[in-house]
Amino acid sequence: MARITAGVGCSHVPAIGVAMDTGITGQPYWQPVFKGFEFSRKWIAEKKPDVIFLVYNDHCTAFDASCIPTFALGAAAEFHPADEGYGPRPVPVVRNHQKLASHIAQSLILDEFDLTIMNEMEVDHGLTVPLSVMYGDKTPDDDWGVLVIPLAVNVVQYPAPTGNRCFQLGKAVRRAVESYPEDLNVMIFGTGGMSHQLQYKRAGLINPEFDKMFLDKLTEDPVGLSKMPHVDYLREAGSEGVEMVMWHVMRGALDDDVVEVHRHYHVPASNTAVGHIILENKTS
Amino acid sequence: MTHKDYEDIPGTFVFDADRSREGYHLNQFCISLRLQKNRDAFNAGEEAYLDAYPMTPEQRDAVLKRDWNRLLELGGNIYYTSKLAANDGINFQNLAGLMTGMGVEEYRKMMLNGGRPIEGNRYKSEWGES
Repeated sequence: MARITAGVGCSHVPAIGVAMDTGITGQPYWQPVFKGFEFSRKWIAEKKPDVIFLVYNDHCTAFDASCIPTFALGAAAEFHPADEGYGPRPVPVVRNHQKLASHIAQSLILDEFDLTIMNEMEVDHGLTVPLSVMYGDKTPDDDWGVLVIPLAVNVVQYPAPTGNRCFQLGKAVRRAVESYPEDLNVMIFGTGGMSHQLQYKRAGLINPEFDKMFLDKLTEDPVGLSKMPHVDYLREAGSEGVEMVMWHVMRGALDDDVVEVHRHYHVPASNTAVGHIILENKTS
Repeated sequence: MTHKDYEDIPGTFVFDADRSREGYHLNQFCISLRLQKNRDAFNAGEEAYLDAYPMTPEQRDAVLKRDWNRLLELGGNIYYTSKLAANDGINFQNLAGLMTGMGVEEYRKMMLNGGRPIEGNRYKSEWGES
């Protein structure tokens, strides 16, 4: 059967993608950001997931203000990188495991998570930057080397789904994956964050104490962490820091006890604190 | 109206349904600039392009003046207004430099030094606002 072996938490700062796409990752500003992913690239090359269930948010790319699904699951055969206002990122097309995606969609809905299903969707930096940092430089002619099931979560218009709802969704994703007969190594990514505020007069807010607490509690007290109210994210981690609710989907899909095999934290990348963590199920 | 427990955060607009409703046409205009053909049309004649979006005169004026904070005050959301900025060649960090009034260089320096600290920036009362 398919099984979830590990979870990855990861920021998806667009400037990280731009730095890779323009070949400036060796510059002093960027070098420490990418150094923290050296371990991760070796790790994922070694673990070779067949499928990544990638939880991210769309930044008004596939969904503008006219349509705001709380959870939208990508069921298309492939997803092209979108033009976000400065041309599409020069990275590979993202290919889906369509049968598993459809199975998960059906399982989640019967498990009472009322998903939106996307049979056509472009993907933005929220999805492609985590793939880039984990898989390294790729051109549009390459293949990512992994199949990806995207789950887009609304975090742009308040309220995002609660941390608890995301955590429970993660548990349901796990049930769905484990009821799929094909033998597949599935990993789950929770992306976004960490502390950052992009807008208005408080822009530039960074809260390393909050971020450290969040990373610590992912292993120490994930259930307690998932109960944190939105206002705490908004106040303590900045208006865009609420993206971190998406990490709870990843955490909910893992065992209660996990091993933290890697952590990376760096300020700044553009306006944002970069956070990254790798958690393995003890049973995997 | 529902009580908003996030209204006492200083220097911040939480983009809720009230703001989304107020800024709908403004934001839909901004997001249209995601696509090259629309950027070309807008850049060829801003006033004519804006006629297709029934925004308020204040919103339209703020667009034409590139008054970034005013756009947010009138219901704009940063993920939308950043498309207008991108069309002008302004990235997120430089846009933040403009919105904070710090200027691009000083803002960049603040970020390199660890960003804006949380101490003193949690509540409007700490900013002398109510």
